[in-house]
Amino acid sequence: MLKKFDKKDEESGGGSNPFQHLEKSAVLQEARVFNETPINPRKCAHILTKILYLINQGEHLGTTEATEAFFAMTKLFQSNDPTLRRMCYLTIKEMSCIAEDVIIVTSSLTKDMTGKEDNYRGPAVRALCQITDSTMLQAIERYMKQAIVDKVPSVSSSALVSSLHLLKCSFDVVKRWVNEAQEAASNDNIMVQYHALGLLYHVRKNDRLAVNKMISKVTRHGLKSPFAYCMMIRVASKQLEEEDGSRDSPLFDFIESCLRNKHEMVVYEAASAIVNLPGCSAKELAPAVSGHWAFFQPASHVYVAMKHPSAVTACNLDLENLVTDSNRSIATLAITTLLKTGSESSIDRLMKQISSFMSEISDEFQGTCYPQDTHGPQGKDALCQKYPRKHAVLMNFLFTMLREEGGFEYKRAIVDCIISIIEENSESKETGLSHLCEFIEDCEFTVLATRILHLLGQEGPKTTNPSKYIRFIYNRVVLEHEEVRAGAVSALAKFGAQNEEMLPSILVLLKRCVMDDDNEVRDRATFYLNVLEQKQKALNAGYILNGLTVSIPGLERALQQYTLEPSEKPFDLKSVPLATAPMAEQRTESTPITAVKQPEKVAATRQEIFQEQLAAVPEFRGLGPLFKSSPEPVALTESETEYVIRCTKHTFTNHMVFQFDCTNTLNDQTLENVTVQMEPTEAYEVLCYVPARSLPYNQPGTCYTLVALPKEDPTAVACTFSCMMKFTVKDCDPTTGETDDEGYEDEYVLEDLEVTVADHIQKVMKLNFEAAWDEVGDEFEKEETFTLSTIKTLEEAVGNIVKFLGMHPCERSDKSLLPYIPVLLSSLLGVFRGGHDILVRSRLLLLDTVTMQVTARSLEELPVDIILASVG
Amino acid sequence: IESLICEPSLYTVKAILILDNDGDRLFAKVRFPFELEQKAFEKNIFNKTHRTDSEIALLEGLTVVYKSSIDLYFYVIGSSYENELMLMAVLNCLFDSLSQMLSTQAGGLHESSSRQAWATQKNVEKRALLENMEGLFLAVDEIVDGGVILESDPQQVVHRVALRGEDVPLTEQTVSQVLQSAKEQIKWSLLR
Repeated sequence: MLKKFDKKDEESGGGSNPFQHLEKSAVLQEARVFNETPINPRKCAHILTKILYLINQGEHLGTTEATEAFFAMTKLFQSNDPTLRRMCYLTIKEMSCIAEDVIIVTSSLTKDMTGKEDNYRGPAVRALCQITDSTMLQAIERYMKQAIVDKVPSVSSSALVSSLHLLKCSFDVVKRWVNEAQEAASNDNIMVQYHALGLLYHVRKNDRLAVNKMISKVTRHGLKSPFAYCMMIRVASKQLEEEDGSRDSPLFDFIESCLRNKHEMVVYEAASAIVNLPGCSAKELAPAVSGHWAFFQPASHVYVAMKHPSAVTACNLDLENLVTDSNRSIATLAITTLLKTGSESSIDRLMKQISSFMSEISDEFQGTCYPQDTHGPQGKDALCQKYPRKHAVLMNFLFTMLREEGGFEYKRAIVDCIISIIEENSESKETGLSHLCEFIEDCEFTVLATRILHLLGQEGPKTTNPSKYIRFIYNRVVLEHEEVRAGAVSALAKFGAQNEEMLPSILVLLKRCVMDDDNEVRDRATFYLNVLEQKQKALNAGYILNGLTVSIPGLERALQQYTLEPSEKPFDLKSVPLATAPMAEQRTESTPITAVKQPEKVAATRQEIFQEQLAAVPEFRGLGPLFKSSPEPVALTESETEYVIRCTKHTFTNHMVFQFDCTNTLNDQTLENVTVQMEPTEAYEVLCYVPARSLPYNQPGTCYTLVALPKEDPTAVACTFSCMMKFTVKDCDPTTGETDDEGYEDEYVLEDLEVTVADHIQKVMKLNFEAAWDEVGDEFEKEETFTLSTIKTLEEAVGNIVKFLGMHPCERSDKSLLPYIPVLLSSLLGVFRGGHDILVRSRLLLLDTVTMQVTARSLEELPVDIILASVG
Repeated sequence: IESLICEPSLYTVKAILILDNDGDRLFAKVRFPFELEQKAFEKNIFNKTHRTDSEIALLEGLTVVYKSSIDLYFYVIGSSYENELMLMAVLNCLFDSLSQMLSTQAGGLHESSSRQAWATQKNVEKRALLENMEGLFLAVDEIVDGGVILESDPQQVVHRVALRGEDVPLTEQTVSQVLQSAKEQIKWSLLR
């Protein structure tokens, strides 16, 4: 009959799947055949199969239709066809939760369960337990007890497993069956033993003593079933963990003894259990780890490596073999593990192996295990920090990887990695750059090409032989499309700006670019050409080497504002808020390269939000643009007090606004007219208070205090304010929130608030400090020397200065590149309120204490004075 | 990876999946509650595995062991801390049971067991499986019950499923068989 169905399908041109176009309604219609006598077992079984298939495909059966089909199906119990009967059991199980009144088959199933046909009995038990609820269970309890100890394994197993399922709703009934389960546990059949032990454990799992007894019994007598062993190992390791126990415990001995079991499954389970036990020593791990290596299941050995690097070291050789495994994930995991645990000497060898491996995998690799892949280069990134001497090998390796075929993400990860190596390690700069040059010769990704060109423009001119890069860059101008050409033109201009002797040839090249087809390229070329022809260092620095430092959305808004209100004045770039916190600042050593860009964006929008909020307050009109907001609000109260006040400082050209975010944590009070009174120690002048009108329980409110910066002595910017919160208290009912009309005045003393130099200086990032330094000129240069007696290292000293002044250390000059030389020259850059760049160069010398010479330059005298006054 | 020590339990298998070479579901036995959206999970699992010839993967916090045969993909899925070898035992049992059942089907009842041996594995393909869906349903029912491994020996599974052989068309039935069925029909009409 089956065949006939198929033939029909083929004739009607149906595909190879006879179930493909099943209609639920049609199939249920067919189910009427069940009522025919005599029953045609094949046909009926096939219809049941169709119904099951539909349910399996996620087709939803309504209660009525399911019940109808179910009742029709019960007729099929009249047939003695074994397959049909078995299909009935399956249908009962599937429909037990859809159809109603499924319990009507109980008697048929009970009959089958106790009948002569062994092949029916197991499935009947399972189907019966599926439709039985706790009330009905009593009725079949006797049969279940018999079934558990039945000599036919399938019946016994079925009964045990069904009991396990029943535990959830009828724990008390099933509990009475432990004696039978105990008997079954000594059954010779491995599955029966497994199921019986499992059931026993589930019943007794809250009784520690009983569980321990079970384990010791198993330890003494041993088990036949590997499954049961795995189960008991888990039980034992759980007990161990709860006991927080010593390793002398018999439980641990049991697990360890399982390492010598003849079944791989058991050895593996035991090894995993030992490895995962908290705080075990390397010695205990050793046998387990070697057990693991016998099979190499990827999931677990990585855990091992992460948790116990030292223990794995011994297996590094094995791991190296694993690198060539055909399973990509295993291979990558092996590499990452090796890179973590490997020693310097093995890296050469490892790299060789990886290169051969990389070539095998090509593109397929990125599709399947890209995450691990990026993990790879990152691992190497960390590695080159660890072993700086190996950078040449690494470079070569990365470069070979770069030449292989690969997708964008893959290439980007590698380029990121090379760039970070260049940044971290100055010795590798030239090799890295020349590798990248070759890469862009044949690079299909615009983003990467422009990025590398930018890097070349930045780093190239400072190398010993800059002219060799020119050819690569100019090749781009000739061969690539617009975006890359534009990038290349900028890079060329940077070379011209920094190298006198190359300038004439650069000018020639730029002149050719002026003829370009693309607007952007032409514009850039013309612009750079004109700037360069002036031959003025200041111009070069301002327009070629360092770009805009303003925030782009801020500039957009300012420009829009300007076009809306036409005025005689030319647009002033200084009125645009500066871009906040340069991204390199937020980068920590360990953050993945890809995740770096996020925080900058958030910071920029934060300042935007403040600006908008402040602009909405009428008192603050006419203060000019917001120059800087302090990055983190300062808490002026302990976090657990009645009122929680946090302050954000906003700096304007001649004023400061203190924003107090207040929260009232008392539910029986409403505060009104909240202000924060401030008493400055210096010549600041408090202009006005903007109160928070009402501060109900747990609803944050904001009040502001506006102060003018000191006029007579402009250098005295650092100041301490004593703060006092004043408000009117009105009692209120905590439940209804109704407030009394009468209130009384009250005060609350807050902690002092510090205003420092850093509040007046915004960090900016310029790519080329040297050029900016020359651009500013030495008109207002001042220099002073200090001794820092309390600080012991150079980095600490620079760190303190950076924090104190709130300026940005340029070109990683806050890090000492050569740790053994006790001199550090660092360059700091910031913008003083009002928009003037301020540059600080500090020379530090470490003898017994740190001696610091600070040189500051700016276009105005005031900022220089302030800096020097504050440092002293 | 918080606690790697898991609650000891017999509930080992979270799901058994059989997909065809387009990644469409032919069969799925899923233990509820299954945390993931099933269709999306199937897509994901198929995309991640169908081009590789390995047998294990870690996906969405689950351990997946798999095997392919001609145009079919078999998956057994457990939690991330599950013993992979246990899942493998289930997968092998399912596959071996099916290949035995399908080869007996194709070879007919009277085929010798030696024939079966070489026919094994050859027949585990989509078409043969679809012709024996009931066999598949029954076999899975014998291997796993509600996530608990019920049996791991393919011989036992095949024995318990005890599928009947090839259907014999009426024209080829022996006289005694025809008589037998006629008797039965008469019996039924009398019973009414």
